Amino acid sequence: MRREPEHGVVGRPHPRIEAPDKVTGRARYSADVRLPGQLQARILRSPHPHARVVGVDTGAAAALPGVRAVISSADAPAIRWYEKSLLFDTTLRFAGDEVAAVAAETEEIAEDALRLIRVEYQPLPFNVSLEDGARGEADVYRRGDAARGLREAEVVVEQVYTTQTALHNALEPHGCVAAWEGERLVLYESTQGVFSVRDGVAEALGLAKDAVRVVTPHMGGGFGAKQIAWKHSVIAALLARRAGRPVQILLERDAENLAAGNRNATRQRVRLGARRDGTLTAVEARILMQVGAYSAGGESSAVAGIYSTLYRCANVHTEQVQVFTNTGPAIAFRAPGYAEGAFGLESAMDELARALRMDPIELRLRNYAERHQEKDKPYTSPESLRRCYERVKEASAAFERQHRGKRRRGIGFAAGDWIAGSGSPPGYAWVRLEDEQHATVITGAQDIGTGTRTALCQVAADELGLPLENVSIQIGDSGAGPYGPTSHGSTTLATLGPAVRAAAEAARENRHGEGARGPNPQGKAVRTCGAQCAQVEVDLETGEITVLRLAAAHDCGLVVNPLLVDSQVLGAVTQGVGFALFEERRVDRASGLVLNANLEEYKVPTAADAPEVRNVTLSMPDLEANVLGSKGIGEPPIIPAAPAIANAVFDAVGVRIRDLPLLREKLLEALGR
Amino acid sequence: MEATDLVLRVNGVERPLSVEPRRTLVDALRFDLGLTGTKKSCDMGDCGACTVMVDGRAEYACLRLAVDCAGHDVTTIEGLEKDGRMHALQRAFVEADALQCGFCTPGQIMSLAALLQAKPSPSPAEILRAVSGNLCRCGAYRNIVRAGTLAAQGGARRG
Repeated sequence: MRREPEHGVVGRPHPRIEAPDKVTGRARYSADVRLPGQLQARILRSPHPHARVVGVDTGAAAALPGVRAVISSADAPAIRWYEKSLLFDTTLRFAGDEVAAVAAETEEIAEDALRLIRVEYQPLPFNVSLEDGARGEADVYRRGDAARGLREAEVVVEQVYTTQTALHNALEPHGCVAAWEGERLVLYESTQGVFSVRDGVAEALGLAKDAVRVVTPHMGGGFGAKQIAWKHSVIAALLARRAGRPVQILLERDAENLAAGNRNATRQRVRLGARRDGTLTAVEARILMQVGAYSAGGESSAVAGIYSTLYRCANVHTEQVQVFTNTGPAIAFRAPGYAEGAFGLESAMDELARALRMDPIELRLRNYAERHQEKDKPYTSPESLRRCYERVKEASAAFERQHRGKRRRGIGFAAGDWIAGSGSPPGYAWVRLEDEQHATVITGAQDIGTGTRTALCQVAADELGLPLENVSIQIGDSGAGPYGPTSHGSTTLATLGPAVRAAAEAARENRHGEGARGPNPQGKAVRTCGAQCAQVEVDLETGEITVLRLAAAHDCGLVVNPLLVDSQVLGAVTQGVGFALFEERRVDRASGLVLNANLEEYKVPTAADAPEVRNVTLSMPDLEANVLGSKGIGEPPIIPAAPAIANAVFDAVGVRIRDLPLLREKLLEALGR
Repeated sequence: MEATDLVLRVNGVERPLSVEPRRTLVDALRFDLGLTGTKKSCDMGDCGACTVMVDGRAEYACLRLAVDCAGHDVTTIEGLEKDGRMHALQRAFVEADALQCGFCTPGQIMSLAALLQAKPSPSPAEILRAVSGNLCRCGAYRNIVRAGTLAAQGGARRG
């Protein structure tokens, strides 16, 4: 039944199967759910960065016509949240912390009601900066003797690099509709993890896990910020129970930017030691990372991770310290930790290459790692990063420099690896043959816009020897399919692809097949990695930086759909441009307030900022990683983007900015203008 | 607040409704008329997710009051298909993979539809300018511009 490979569905650039629904407005997001009797809710948030709630009076709000339910610390159940806090705590630890909530007939009435809630606050001392915050314990990693390696070095680069707090700003805000069906709760949630939200909400409400069903047909972007159960889902459920009607809650843009996660700011003191021939003798990184007021959970941000794996080095010492401040909690943001760490490490490597007068790729090849040194295991694809270096070198060969005149052009290089991307169990899928020619894939995971639907259908179609249009998929419903993982870490395809293939294989025998993701290899480590080269233009008079072109080569194993891989690279690089050049949450140190919690003053890239991206990623099936041979691609391409751009700026103008974002004023000041 | 009766002409159909004067066009479309293809994201005219056509011009529906649109022609993403057939722009967006999560997509398409209606053969710079007020956080911009070019060239008319 299986077709010859040249006729296969896997590997073809098929447009995503849900695209017709998205271009016609038919695709239904959580924000679009309309249930009979549905109310709209709004949350009142702390105007202070740190305060005690002395009293809350919701009487006038509750009495407003059209208001159906109100909740605050005065009457909310004591539900644990953020480890040591409560759902509605009387101590507020950042501007934006939840104080009360209202459900009403319309959003406008809910907003009117919020203005009628009287809260007496007792402001408390606060700190909002990385330097002043309360430090947690150091997370230390040691290999060899970094101090000795530095003493033995012939060249040492020692610098401090800093990265900013960045805001996810998915266009669909966090939100859900909560509807009770007797004692069972249905949540139409905008999430990257239907099972993660189910488990978190069930625990908060004291319900059995199967009493909560989470449905996510389509979701308007997450980028890491929608991978856990946030307070709004439980608040919506409580309001819905009180009102006896379904409640929709959608975060406003400012709330989205205050209280729904951010990429942690970092300060990285880096020391690299090397011999004259470029061989690294020591890598040392002492890192502070701003986690905000609470640890929100989800993926951890491993800023130190890339320092110990990207290059072969016997002597490594990293320290990572969490810093708590009165700002919104940080959460994973596309390649959490690695995007920040790569800026420090890859800027320092560029400085080392300059000090040694070595080609930057030559320096990296000199220190090429074929083993995962922390795990002390060889990689399943030991040569893939070398091929990425070669591909990028070729693709950027025509990028020219211009070191004269008012507009300078430069070229910068950077690499990256990524902690996840291998996927892992558990992950399950079912495949049902409807007849000889049609099949349905069923799994509990969700498609967060990466093309999971399409890729999984391609895998099933390929295995069944069916055309893609004869395979459909049911996805995004914790109550309707077997367990699928949270879409984080660039793991969804690498986890579920093998499960779908196994299910399809089983279905050929019995019309119904169940597949499980098998274990990752024991004796080897799986690496996802890549390299990029950026060409920038810098206007010496205005300090404006334009990323003209960027070449990217990544190892994501088998490419199931080159069109989708291309889009992931394009998107990650575009977000990398924003991270490099202008995105930054600004907090006023005097008031503790965020000054740009909106899309007017928080600058995300526009169409005019998107560079030409030459994605030269090759399909390199990694069959030792898993039976499908695919690995992740969603996050890795953001990792080298910012350092490649920063290194290109140095190449263009000869001054180095070690503090992201590379704002015009910083560059002009460094240029002495 | 007192509700006001008005008639909106949306996608060629007269739609009577009763809303508070402060209700924005985007909320009237999404809540009162059930046309949820138009998205609300920033609610302050920064992102373009709510872009619709008012009398043929691309406008942010979060910056218009519904009462202010009575008597004007409003076209939403739901009004682009003709006889069950997608608009050339919609087909081009599918073909060029000019979307990822899809939340900004209706707004992007409406901005370009207004451009193509006013100027069937726009320059690349005009296509870029037409969507420069539409944010795409997934970063599909290069493909969005490519889709606009494809549609303008009639490259996506087949299918």
